[in-house]
Amino acid sequence: MTRAKRNRLIYNCVTFAVVIIAFIVLQGMIENKTITRALKGQLIPICCWIVMAVSLNLVIGISGELSLGHAGFMSVGAFTGAVISGWLLNAHGMENETLRLVLAIVGGGITAGITGVIIGIPVLRLRGDYLAIVTLAFGEIIRNLVNVTYIAVADGHLVFSFLKKNVPDGARMLVDGASGAVKISKISTFTMGFILVMVTLIVVLNLINSRSGRAIKAIRDNRIAAESMGVPVTKYKMMAFVTASVLAGMVGALYGLNSSTVVPSQFTFNQSINVLVFVVLGGLGNVLGSVISATLLTVLPEVLRAFADYRMLVYAVVLILVMIFTNNPTIRSFADRLLAPVKKLFGGRRSDKGGAQA
Amino acid sequence: MTEVKRHSTTKMVPVPSHSIVPERDLGQQPVLETNHLGIEFGGLKAVEDFNLTIGKTEIAGLIGPNGAGKTTVFNLITKVYEPTNGTVLINGKDTKGMNIVQASRLGIARTFQNIRLFSNMTVEDNVRIGLHNQIRYSMMEGILRLPRYWTKEKRMHREALDLLSIFDMQDLADVQAGSLPYGAQRRLEIVRALATNPSLLLLDEPAAGMNPHETEELMENIIKIRDQFQIAILLIEHDMNLVMGICEGICVLNYGKIIAKGTADDIQNNPVVVEAYLGKRKEEAK
Amino acid sequence: MIFLDNLVNGISLGSIYAIIALGYTMVYGIAKMLNFAHGDVIMMGAYIAFCALQYWNMPPLVSLVIAMAACTVMGVVIEGLAYRPLRQAASLAVLITAIGMSYLLQNLALMIWGANPKSFPASMISIPTISLFGGELKIAGATLITIVANIVIMIALTAFTSRTKTGKAMRCVSEDRGAASLMGINVNQTISITFAIGSALAAVAGILLCSSYPTLQPTTGSMPGIKAFTAAVFGGIGSIPGAMLGGLLLGVIEIFGKAYISTELGDAIVFAVLIIVLLVKPSGLLGKPVREKV
Repeated sequence: MTRAKRNRLIYNCVTFAVVIIAFIVLQGMIENKTITRALKGQLIPICCWIVMAVSLNLVIGISGELSLGHAGFMSVGAFTGAVISGWLLNAHGMENETLRLVLAIVGGGITAGITGVIIGIPVLRLRGDYLAIVTLAFGEIIRNLVNVTYIAVADGHLVFSFLKKNVPDGARMLVDGASGAVKISKISTFTMGFILVMVTLIVVLNLINSRSGRAIKAIRDNRIAAESMGVPVTKYKMMAFVTASVLAGMVGALYGLNSSTVVPSQFTFNQSINVLVFVVLGGLGNVLGSVISATLLTVLPEVLRAFADYRMLVYAVVLILVMIFTNNPTIRSFADRLLAPVKKLFGGRRSDKGGAQA
Repeated sequence: MTEVKRHSTTKMVPVPSHSIVPERDLGQQPVLETNHLGIEFGGLKAVEDFNLTIGKTEIAGLIGPNGAGKTTVFNLITKVYEPTNGTVLINGKDTKGMNIVQASRLGIARTFQNIRLFSNMTVEDNVRIGLHNQIRYSMMEGILRLPRYWTKEKRMHREALDLLSIFDMQDLADVQAGSLPYGAQRRLEIVRALATNPSLLLLDEPAAGMNPHETEELMENIIKIRDQFQIAILLIEHDMNLVMGICEGICVLNYGKIIAKGTADDIQNNPVVVEAYLGKRKEEAK
Repeated sequence: MIFLDNLVNGISLGSIYAIIALGYTMVYGIAKMLNFAHGDVIMMGAYIAFCALQYWNMPPLVSLVIAMAACTVMGVVIEGLAYRPLRQAASLAVLITAIGMSYLLQNLALMIWGANPKSFPASMISIPTISLFGGELKIAGATLITIVANIVIMIALTAFTSRTKTGKAMRCVSEDRGAASLMGINVNQTISITFAIGSALAAVAGILLCSSYPTLQPTTGSMPGIKAFTAAVFGGIGSIPGAMLGGLLLGVIEIFGKAYISTELGDAIVFAVLIIVLLVKPSGLLGKPVREKV
């Protein structure tokens, strides 16, 4: 096995190991009732943000496209999930929570995927900054549209109305326009969250280390060269984008079914920006990094609760400082020299630099 | 121009489009045929009336002063630009309206004047991109790690190493492409292009930045590649030793137009070519 | 007359977007970065003007100057502390830092002034409402000032960038930073000046925004900032006339969309138009397509 392949294998194993061990430990704490109430409430959200961060990393880190509307896919998944679960319960009397959850998640993934295709086709033709603003625009459009959507169950079937709330009396509202999804029966579980995280890791890591993943990375590194080698650009950009949107939709359903109410204003560009911060701090293209940063940064505001009013301020200052310290060349080279012995331990083969570097 | 040591000794024969091809390729379809090919950028005719036929196993050279339009010709052939005039036929197929990917699938591959490697990927992965359309499996087979994934990846690994061994680079397989020395990066680009299994290989200044020893090696390798893979090679070069040494047919470009076509002997003694490179002799200028 | 009413409101709102968009586009063109915190500098400008008017009892014009001065200082300091160390870094890194700066400003405002929305005093604009067409069309003083301010700023900026030495330096730095510094242009200073101008304009925009839409909270700058950024991209990022055009069009489209199609979908319509335009003209209305050399 080549050195590169071995390093990749170690990295993947460590990533899975971290997640599995964390799950076992936390599950144990739940059974023993040694877990704090605060942490228990965070478990499902942490799973959600891990999936969001890893899937966004696929788009930004691997495919190289700055998408600022990722929360939009999450919201599509959340509301689809709420509708499917509510409909199955109220129109079909399906009491089995696990089955409803699974169907809601699958439904959320599919609708988010379709949305991803619809958005991807026009968007992926655009250049960098323009693509960013258009994804942001789509995210806001989705939020606006949910605000004026009314879905209810009446007499065993679904009633849709748009812009005006046109539902028969006595209908059970599922999605109530700006009030969002209401009176949801909370069926999300930590186990399902763990499963979704594992699915995301498998899909993303396997995709990256495959022929398609190499094509996606090649397009990111040098688009013209990739095209000249016969690699179709739009196809692979779509692949990354839609895969990420499906994953976001699936975990969106989980997120939605974890609260009794979900409102569209929870999925603004601020949320997309939050996920972006997770991805950049964890390292572009670094899946394990996204897992860790998403976890830490979801838990951190709670931990900082002690600072109460100052906590977001501290968060902002820390963020700025971390960015400066990790990106300023002077500070970087200083840190590199400090870490040189550590790097040598894990380092790959150095090339024979006989001639001058280009 | 100064005397160069070795001349290509292939017997070349004329074909209708005022080009010459090696005699051995006479019965076969030419790998490239351009007719009145040209492109205009807002009034500026970057390339005009470019007619060239390249035989199936010919090593051809495209030379000319800087800014003559040589890379533009490459861009026209590979469909980076859509021509405003004329046609390009690759293995007999018209490339009109095709995009870069479609043209590449017809059997052309190229290297770039300013190296375009996938610098964040390993040397082997760069070659594997070249193999992208040769060894395939679907996205799902990759994600689910079905048996086809394993067999195809193994095959890719073997073939990538085989290709790298042409330039004795198989030991560099795990090195990050961006950290290679300049000459190695150029050689990697050639290997990557070869991996796409082309009928015509376009090399844009392959010897740039190489010392005479490396250039000699490159000349031998280009001939070796042609003989082993039985493909045609068109190269842009400024190094006259290389061009006169291995090119069987040479085309000279100046200000976007062909000023001469022929064998190394023809070109060397052509006064129009000499003038294009060196300018008019002082006495004549007076 | 409703049509004209809407048109005037649209142009007014568009003027505010245009002024904000100018700040974005200038900084993007010259420093090659998206200053996500720009919208929040606007908010700070509005708060400072509010304090000056309400708490320190300064006359309107002085309040304006104080706000502009404070924002200018703020902009230059932010650039020096947070963006300059990242001059060589990847654009995504700078974007995240700008996002952090945005959070910082919002939470600073939250700490200083609290979350309760403040009501921006109408006394800022002391021009009375104009009545046209025999009372049929009423243009508020604030609206009129906004439109006039926009025109003045546009003319001043265009003259500045094409005639003055600093303006030319700004254009050089935006074309080729390396060459500009080799020609003896102080790139750091030029970029600082760009931020200074952009921030001063932000203060003006903040005051105008709150004069027409009097609610002021720490999040007030966020949405207009995003929309103005959209306007800048719409008009062609890096182009000053593009920012002006994009801003005006966006304002008009938003008002008309809310009036004639649906109030809730106003934002969606604006963004939808943006998307359609970018699909047809990928570099924006007045943007120059960048040809990649192969």
